[in-house]
Amino acid sequence: MSEKILYSYTGIFDTPDEIIHAAEKASEYGFKNYDVHTPYPLHGMNKAMKLPPSKLGYVALVVGLSGALAALLLMFWMSAVDYPIVIGGKPFFSFPAYVPVMFEVTVLSASIATVLTMLFIFFKLPNNAHPLNDTLYMKKVSSDKYGISIQAEDNKFNEADVRRFLEDCDAKEITAVYYDKEEINYKHKILEPKFIGFLLFTALLTSGVTYFTLNKLLYMPPFDWMMEQNKLNPQATSTVFDDGFGMRKPVEGTIARGFTPYSFSGQPEAAEVNLVNPLPVSKSVLELGQQKYDTFCSPCHGYYGEGDSRLRGQFPNPPSLHSEKIRTWKDGRIFHVITDGQNIMPSYSSQLTVNEIWAIVHYTRVLQRALNAKESDLQ
Amino acid sequence: MSVVDHTKELSVVEGKPALRSLDDLISKPLETKPDKKFFIALSITLSMMGLFVIGLGLTFWYGVGMWGNNNPVGWAFDIVNFVFWVGIGHAGTLISAILFLFRQKWRTGIARFAEGMTIFAVMTALLFPLIHVGRPWLDGWLMPYPNQHGLWVNFTSPLLWDVFAVSTYFIVSLIFWYVGLIPDFATLRERTSTKIKKAVYSTFSLGWRFSNRHWQHYEMVYLILAGFATPLVLSVHTIVSFDFAVSILPGWHTTIFPPYFVAGAVFSGFAMVQNVLIFVRKIFNYEHIITLDTLEKMNKIMLVTGSMVGYAYAMEFFIAWYSGVQPEQFTFLNRAFGPYAWAYWIMVSCNVITPQLFWFKKIRRSIPIMFVVAVFVNVGMWFERFVIVVTSLSRDYLPSSWAYYTPTYVDFMILIGSFGFFFTWILLFTKALPVVSIAEVKAVVDDAQPSHKGH
Ligand code: HEC
Repeated sequence: MSEKILYSYTGIFDTPDEIIHAAEKASEYGFKNYDVHTPYPLHGMNKAMKLPPSKLGYVALVVGLSGALAALLLMFWMSAVDYPIVIGGKPFFSFPAYVPVMFEVTVLSASIATVLTMLFIFFKLPNNAHPLNDTLYMKKVSSDKYGISIQAEDNKFNEADVRRFLEDCDAKEITAVYYDKEEINYKHKILEPKFIGFLLFTALLTSGVTYFTLNKLLYMPPFDWMMEQNKLNPQATSTVFDDGFGMRKPVEGTIARGFTPYSFSGQPEAAEVNLVNPLPVSKSVLELGQQKYDTFCSPCHGYYGEGDSRLRGQFPNPPSLHSEKIRTWKDGRIFHVITDGQNIMPSYSSQLTVNEIWAIVHYTRVLQRALNAKESDLQ
Repeated sequence: MSVVDHTKELSVVEGKPALRSLDDLISKPLETKPDKKFFIALSITLSMMGLFVIGLGLTFWYGVGMWGNNNPVGWAFDIVNFVFWVGIGHAGTLISAILFLFRQKWRTGIARFAEGMTIFAVMTALLFPLIHVGRPWLDGWLMPYPNQHGLWVNFTSPLLWDVFAVSTYFIVSLIFWYVGLIPDFATLRERTSTKIKKAVYSTFSLGWRFSNRHWQHYEMVYLILAGFATPLVLSVHTIVSFDFAVSILPGWHTTIFPPYFVAGAVFSGFAMVQNVLIFVRKIFNYEHIITLDTLEKMNKIMLVTGSMVGYAYAMEFFIAWYSGVQPEQFTFLNRAFGPYAWAYWIMVSCNVITPQLFWFKKIRRSIPIMFVVAVFVNVGMWFERFVIVVTSLSRDYLPSSWAYYTPTYVDFMILIGSFGFFFTWILLFTKALPVVSIAEVKAVVDDAQPSHKGH
């Protein structure tokens, strides 16, 4: 076994006055690497040890000012450059309104930075492996005794001299403190199975929780972006009305705003003779017709009017709109079918305005022409 | 006893106890098993917290419609409780930071506990704005972060300032608290014999070794933190008051709000600290550390801040009259004599009249009486926030929209529950951490500092 490595010589004192004396003597003697350990800070000890004033104030100053500046610049960029919005008629860059946030960021950044600098840079903590820790000396100075420790790395260190020096100061329990072999030689074992198991566990947990949150949780009430609401959606059933329909027709004998009563009810021939499509054939009319046709007619008649219903047998398939009969019908007759209904096809007069119906009529002509083009269309 | 030498500072810690006996005393609650009383107290606070959980659950599931809030009173118990709890927190920072800067040594016995209360009170307070938004799982949106909407928060809104102020306050208080705890963790580490405790204390003490080369910087940092915490604590309640004062509602739109709110916060905070400390010093035998003198000084602060609050109430009335603005004048008459007059007069009698009893030294030094007075102060300060928030909203410019606000049972569950939440933390704190700062108290025991004789 190799010999032990000496860290320091320590001595214990009972009263604050004695330790101050000892510290003064140590600095006069010329020791540099020595330290005093007291259960609480002693007034006058910094002077006795001739310590220069702490420089941590500068850390607070520099970080605090940078925090303030960063906050100001970020707020300027966010609200005047990246996404300017007028709020209360104030300028995009309203400095007075930024003062509170600047102040808070200053305090926050300076406090965090000063404390972290002190603990991790100045003190190099955490350091539970320090040779003085886990000693009888530490037990005493942590409670009610005052100790001095003169380190072996000091230039003036010499075992006999230091021992004599401590005896001269009337120190009690003069002991040598050695480095702990195990702690010096300790190596972190990254590949330990426990540690790897821990990593795996955390990875599984985080990915599981993330998957659950994004794919399941956000689709459950009350997290589902208010998907579930106390209202009836289109086509939903309702228990309020006898017929069970959620969507309601206008009350019998009433006419909604913007609608006019239909005067050819039950008279398809009269309608064919008297009604003329008032709309021009224009792009916007056809687009309106297409939109309304796809919404209201295509479920039964198919997108191209071929009678290819999407209702999968839940409703009798309607006839094709490309039949000779309908191609020769005048516009008024088709208008009549939509407005008045025909046999089992219901009326659409409460859902479509007169103009929308005429637009659909034009669109059916487009569909018909597409399947049975005239010869002139080919030229 | 009757002759007091006023040229000498009174001892902060009575009887000059041996330093080791302080270690023993302060760490005793951590080293003994909790007794029956502790479990009874804990079961009470936990049941109250159960109400909290149910109330919040109902709110999350059905939405904030479960509360009594409705047009025009859109802010009610939620905001009242928020302001109340933030206010409670202010005493802790005042004691730990402002009194530290003023070198008030009597603060050492109560500072740790008061700071702990600050942290728990701010935690309780933070819950309220978070649930007030209705869908609390989206609270992340309160922070400016790059998001897929490309949007940023509104930096000109006092509500956003509040987000920054309260969260900064919480973080800085926590840091301040932890820095103060490090040496105590080290003392506990040296005392304990069980392996688990030793590991925990070693971790949290970071291997602190009481070196004077460390103490030197440590004291500097403590000073810096106190220097920052002082304007911070003033800014927090100032900004809370901006939530109201920046609006144009009569009764809210006043420049007196910031100082008035800060005074009120300190007032209620001291009342709460005093109430709890009376129990703590009795149960843990800390009578010589948290002395009657200390309690008396706290009562004096309550007297001062209570009078400031009373002055503010009077000044609000004066300004309403002096401004000549009709809606303002109406609002204040309505407060005192309108449908919420009962709340107004509870507030005035608890906050202005009761603390005046503290002019009498006998009352300042009588524990039962001061306890009752402080309870009244807390009730009064809760009603102050109620009066400010609810009366102003319930009758604003448009008489056709006036309405009387009544809280629902869910509101009460959450109010009672918030006390349960706060006191559960306090109870756990008394058993988990030293409630008095060991290092700081040792430093103010008589003869603990060098006499510097022979120099
Ligand atoms: C609910 C399904 C359904 C919808 C929706 C529907 N129809 Fe019909 N349609 C039918 C059925 C079924 C018939 C055949 C009625 C019969 O037996 O005379 C029919 C007949 C017709 C006829 C007469 C065909 C013929 O040969 O006599 C025309 C024209 C017509 N529909 C156009 C439309 C238009 C335009 C729309 C959109 C406004 C529409 N339909 C919407 C089911 C529907």
